[in-house]
Amino acid sequence: MALLEATGIAKRFGGVTALDGVDFAVERGEVMALVGDNGAGKSTLIKVLAGAHLPDRGEVRMRGEPLELRSPQDAWKAGIATIFQELALAGKMNVQDNIFLGREPCRRVLGIPFLQRRAMRREAERLLASLEVEIRDTRLPVENLSGGQRQGIAIARALHIDADLIIMDEPTAALAVAEVRKVFAFVRSLREQGKAVILISHNIQDVFEISDRITVLRQGRIEGVCTTTATDPSAIVGLITGAGHASSRRGPEHASLPAQP
Amino acid sequence: MLKWTRERPVLWILAVMLILGAILSFLSPFFLTVPNLTNLLKQVSILGLLAAGQTLVIISRGIDLSVASILALCAVVMGGLMSQMGLPPGVALPVGIALGGLVGAINGLVIVKTGIPPFIATLGMMGIARGLALVYTQGVSFQLSSPTLIWIGEGTFLGLPIPIYIVLLVYAVLYLLLNHNSFGRNVYAIGDNEEASLLAGINVDRHKILLYTISGVCAGIAAVVLISRLSSAPPNVAQAAELQAIAAVIIGGTSFSGGIGTVESTLIGAMIMTMITNGLNILGVSSFWQQVFVGVIIILAVWLDKLKGR
Repeated sequence: MALLEATGIAKRFGGVTALDGVDFAVERGEVMALVGDNGAGKSTLIKVLAGAHLPDRGEVRMRGEPLELRSPQDAWKAGIATIFQELALAGKMNVQDNIFLGREPCRRVLGIPFLQRRAMRREAERLLASLEVEIRDTRLPVENLSGGQRQGIAIARALHIDADLIIMDEPTAALAVAEVRKVFAFVRSLREQGKAVILISHNIQDVFEISDRITVLRQGRIEGVCTTTATDPSAIVGLITGAGHASSRRGPEHASLPAQP
Repeated sequence: MLKWTRERPVLWILAVMLILGAILSFLSPFFLTVPNLTNLLKQVSILGLLAAGQTLVIISRGIDLSVASILALCAVVMGGLMSQMGLPPGVALPVGIALGGLVGAINGLVIVKTGIPPFIATLGMMGIARGLALVYTQGVSFQLSSPTLIWIGEGTFLGLPIPIYIVLLVYAVLYLLLNHNSFGRNVYAIGDNEEASLLAGINVDRHKILLYTISGVCAGIAAVVLISRLSSAPPNVAQAAELQAIAAVIIGGTSFSGGIGTVESTLIGAMIMTMITNGLNILGVSSFWQQVFVGVIIILAVWLDKLKGR
């Protein structure tokens, strides 16, 4: 049984069909890369899995149990943590506030919840240390930090949830080489712990380095699911652009059409 | 600039206030006297209360232009309940404060459900609430004579006027809410990055409705202080006080672009505005000039804040 199984997911925004009946599954202990061109539906799909978008049709199952994902909280409770691109940090807020945003630890005094600031700071420092992210002071606003540090904070957020499935949207975009190494080391350690990772990336080289399987989305549909060791970058690029098997599928009368950019 | 002003922005604005106080006491021997300072604390109370709720709204990247009109509506309803219906203050005042909260909640609901920008929604409410106050009273002012109101308006406790305790209580509650509660963290996050707040699972709509409700409640509490000081409830009271409240918030260093600000700085911002008015009165400067000074101070305060950030 797959850890996460999504079947027949469809989502429209006005007249635009973002997802058109997508079936998608991830196994335990697997790194699944999700690739596709801009507008292929990757972000919409992970937002559905993260509880940020409600799909028009389709079902999401976790460990065989059907899920109702109406908010990001529902996804966390089901054990799905999502690391969105940079936009998901509040720049003027400090490191620890960002790590705990939306689920701050509180202690009730006379029924009134008070923030546990010291515990937040300690836990934030512990999480960042475990990721080898060096931040001088967790009370600094995150907009003053480097891309790698910010990515570290986003990952620490996901770690704090202790999820079984971690979704990462472009985790290595805008990172220096050494920082990319760190993110990959972290992904591998998650896999060793038996957790599943969904990784969205534009960088085919990265995808081949880290993933076990690759799902290709094109124009809101699944174009193919490949085992990474059994395919090669040019085949994946062919699937992404739709050029790979255009002649065999569309027939000779369409073969002369230019491939989609 | 100096490191401590960046880590504790409230110290910066506090220093500005103390310098202003020093200048005023140098210019006039009457400024630093007990009766004048007592008067100052009474004067700051209404502005301070309006600015308190406004601070939270502006931190969330909103604005509430309707606070002065809500104050007027609450004032006449409290006045009407007491003078026309003979209800005791113990009933009329809480009902009036609750009305302020209700009007604020309507502001929040309109903003959240229709997507109309807060500026427009509360501009509309500014007219509606003021108009309703005039309709309800037919433009006349209710005269009030209740020992409770006189005690609030004129009484003192430990030598300080009663309104200042009300102000301190409201600010203490809002301070705790902003700094020691997840509600406050969420308010900053919404003002800073609404998209990120949604993705973090924060119920942004519910928070916004609550924020405008808090602002309305603050206006209702300000109405209590106002009718106590005037012993009447005129419907045309506190015209343009919303702009003064916004000015106090801005002088206190709260950012219009959201995500930054504290209530304690707003209280000092309100003190600075009141000290300018009070000081110019003592010095015998025409009240026409006072508006000019306040305008200059607002621009200076924001400019200095920008310099400080570099």
